[in-house]
Amino acid sequence: MYRRRVLPGFGLSLGYTLAYLGLIVLLPLAALALKASGLGLSQLLQLLSSPRTLAALRLSFGGALIAAVFNVLVGLLVAWVMVRYRFPGRRLLDALIDLPFALPTAVAGIALTAIYAPNGWLGQWLVPLGIQIAYTPLGVLLAMAFVGFPFVVRTVQPVLEAMDRDVEEAAASLGATRLQTFTRVILPMLMPALLTGFALALARAVGEYGSVIFIAGNIPMRSEIAPLLIVEKIEQEYAGAAALGVVMLCFSFVLLIVIAQLQRWSGRWAERST
Amino acid sequence: MTLLLSHLSRHFTDAAALDDVSLAIAPGEFLALLGSSGSGKTTLLRILAGLDYPQSGSVTRGGHDLLSMNARERKVGLVFQHYALFRHLTVTENIAFGLRVRPRHARPSRTEITDRVEKLLKRVQLEGYGGRYPAQLSGGQRQRVALARALAVEPDLLLLDEPFGALDAQVRIALRRWLRNLHEELGLTTVFVTHDQEEALELADRVAVMNRGRIEQVGSPEAIYQQPATPFVCEFIGKVNKFELQREQDRMICGALDFGADLWAKRYDRAVAYIRPEHLALATDTGWKARLRHIYLAGSVAHLELALDTSEQLIEVDVASEDLLRLGLQQGAELYVQARTATVFPLANDTGEAKSEDRRVLRPHQQPY
Repeated sequence: MYRRRVLPGFGLSLGYTLAYLGLIVLLPLAALALKASGLGLSQLLQLLSSPRTLAALRLSFGGALIAAVFNVLVGLLVAWVMVRYRFPGRRLLDALIDLPFALPTAVAGIALTAIYAPNGWLGQWLVPLGIQIAYTPLGVLLAMAFVGFPFVVRTVQPVLEAMDRDVEEAAASLGATRLQTFTRVILPMLMPALLTGFALALARAVGEYGSVIFIAGNIPMRSEIAPLLIVEKIEQEYAGAAALGVVMLCFSFVLLIVIAQLQRWSGRWAERST
Repeated sequence: MTLLLSHLSRHFTDAAALDDVSLAIAPGEFLALLGSSGSGKTTLLRILAGLDYPQSGSVTRGGHDLLSMNARERKVGLVFQHYALFRHLTVTENIAFGLRVRPRHARPSRTEITDRVEKLLKRVQLEGYGGRYPAQLSGGQRQRVALARALAVEPDLLLLDEPFGALDAQVRIALRRWLRNLHEELGLTTVFVTHDQEEALELADRVAVMNRGRIEQVGSPEAIYQQPATPFVCEFIGKVNKFELQREQDRMICGALDFGADLWAKRYDRAVAYIRPEHLALATDTGWKARLRHIYLAGSVAHLELALDTSEQLIEVDVASEDLLRLGLQQGAELYVQARTATVFPLANDTGEAKSEDRRVLRPHQQPY
């Protein structure tokens, strides 16, 4: 099919895109799968069914999901405040939101540990109350929430800014309460952006390593995340580490596909029918 | 139930949006609030809708205080210039929204809602579009959905904020007529805001012309056009030729042009006169001498631009295109202009302010009919 286009170069740009993706994304992943295949099937099953592996995977994915949900709630609130209210220091706050991105993750991990360790600023008050954060799964969640925080704010903020006040006023004049206006009008319109933020925060938390290992304490079966297990495995057997990597990859891929589908469904109204 | 607005004032930080506005709106009336942007017309509409509140004054409906109710309680249907449809809901869901958010005891049954939505879709001529999303509709269709959505809650008052502002000229005119018919069918009290005088004059039973937060004149479209009460209304509505008059003894003159006898018993020295282009007639022998500068042919009417011989002032005269042909006028032709009626406002001697209450109609070239 040949059609004249306003901008030429479809073939060239698509070719470049595919070549780039192949080189940067697919090639390393293929190498990973190849390495993993060095492991026999029985060995693989044994590795995956070991309680330590299962516990690490559960913490990585479960923790990331919880942290992402938390980030959606807090991120929505922060984005709302930033867009809807004018207060002194708003621009400064806006700049602060991106800091978790800019900070080396190890620094973030060390800072969090320093605060929440039993002798830290907050830890010394929390630990006597029975709330121990450092060196527990809770610490892992905290680090994951920290590094994924900006995503939801940054995806929701522009959508919220572009939203017309008209729509809320229309809802009110049609008899909707404030809660109804929020749940039936504003939230559904934000849903695609919230899901995008959720997916990004989730992916970041699953892959997070640097900040988590400092605060987690890395106690096997308790606060050890899957990426750390992989690093440990590398020192013993390369294939095992690669196999774990592939498992994480598949898991993440399935999760992201599910979210993408949800996102399409929640944004179905924006698609023009032809 | 008569809607009574009295002494409404609303000040924003920098300017007054409404300045002591009073207005009575009769049941079933179709009222236009006409004004340029910043005239306060939208503020007035938003106050009626419960989206804004005045700093002083009152709004009552059938004796009940409307200002003590919030937007949800007012039973007001509101249509916005940019539709404000819920993008994530289908046409059907949009129309049903106002019914579905009611508390359970007041909510119609599911089948009743479906029924009502069907009827409304028919009424706004969008049968079969119920399953579409707003993004899949044209501007005119979206505005009709917005109207159906507002009508679904059976409001006592319909408010339209520049309802045709975002539409093409052709769609606008079609929708305008359709809205007028709908109003005649439903008899719903309707207030709409517009900056388009043609729209206001064509649609409304009564027009309120607004300027700088005040109502300049309220009246039927004929009254607004034929008997403008203030200089602003003269200049805002339709086209008009403006002349600055001076009193000389007992005559009002503009340079060498004689506008007739002084009607104010020498109380004023100066005045402004407004003459509509269609109130100027061409003549061959008597009247004000002028030279034809341009002919703008606009279909059935020709707009002639003339330079008055005495003052070099440019004036516009409207004649039927047919007459233009019959007279065989050419650019540069010399002819005479006769003013049949001029609306004149005297200016206060001290402040120079126009005295609208002393408005008179002068007939510089009175013709025996």
